[in-house]
Amino acid sequence: MTATTPPATTAATKAATKAKRRALIPLVIFMALAALLFYGLQLDPRKVPSPLVNKPAPVFELESLEDPSRTVTNEILMGKVSLVNVWASWCPSCRQEHGELMHIARNNDVQVVGFNWKDTRPEALEMLRRYGNPYVVSAYDPDNRYGLHWGVYGAPETFVVDGEGIIRYKHIGPVDRNVWETTIRPIVEQYRPQSS
Amino acid sequence: MIHRVRKLSLSLALLAGTLAFGNLSAYTLEEFKFEQPGQHEAFRDLIAKLRCLVCQNESLAGSQAGVAQDLREEVYRMMLEGQSDEEIVTFLVDRYGDFVLYEPPIKPSTYILWFGPFIFLGVGGYLLFRTLGRKKDEPEEDLTEAERARLQRLLAAGGDKQEHIK
Repeated sequence: MTATTPPATTAATKAATKAKRRALIPLVIFMALAALLFYGLQLDPRKVPSPLVNKPAPVFELESLEDPSRTVTNEILMGKVSLVNVWASWCPSCRQEHGELMHIARNNDVQVVGFNWKDTRPEALEMLRRYGNPYVVSAYDPDNRYGLHWGVYGAPETFVVDGEGIIRYKHIGPVDRNVWETTIRPIVEQYRPQSS
Repeated sequence: MIHRVRKLSLSLALLAGTLAFGNLSAYTLEEFKFEQPGQHEAFRDLIAKLRCLVCQNESLAGSQAGVAQDLREEVYRMMLEGQSDEEIVTFLVDRYGDFVLYEPPIKPSTYILWFGPFIFLGVGGYLLFRTLGRKKDEPEEDLTEAERARLQRLLAAGGDKQEHIK
């Protein structure tokens, strides 16, 4: 009798632990679902990933904002890492990021190319006169002729283009110090042509 | 009376108009002119399938955003050039991504989206039927002698009570 009792007890406890484990399954599923949905909450639906990343920058040919007789093309992007910044005078976030762009243009070996988008020339020039001009040149696209090819759907947007004219990153929304230091700058450094 | 009828029919006409052209009325679809018959409808159907990226819950057909108007004009221009719906959609997807489509394409990264619900339904149904089947197979445990006696006692007591209430 004493010999048969222990196995019976272990079988019973085994069954009990099995039942306990089973009871935990719904909780585990719930926690996994909650984690997934919580992750989803952090995503910003306004930030649509661009299919242009790691593809050559779309060809464009536009007047320069400052000088209508001068034409700006993809040539400007060759040989240097560039930030192509889509901006407009009507866009409050552009004004917000303007100071940081000035800072970036002044202190870093990266050229900031402006893409003046759906704007008017006098208003755009007025904004540069008032707040400074961080751009080596601004392509002037009042009718969204080439903005469309770049997949622009709002301002500001900032593209990182490497020295071969390939888009490496697209940032949607204003660039502030944090975005520059933690996100954009490392990418700029990564694609900087190694000239020693 | 006649006034009232008139008023009623007028408001009905207005209501019908609002329902029919509700989301197309603010910009005019008529500004896009086509020569061939049917193209206008094709254009309308196509822009209804494309998403406005600025106001993301609106289609290009319904949106008042400036970018939406630019894209409508581009779609219009491409249609006049004789490009097919597919070519136009590819052009937009190449620039704006799949997000521009209201209906996501079926490809590996969207399998969960398309087939997930059916998988969940299948697994849930399987578990449900398995549980129900198991319940049926397991015979209800018979009452012990002690329980039987107690049941009798309870039933007898209940019967008595009912007599009292009556």
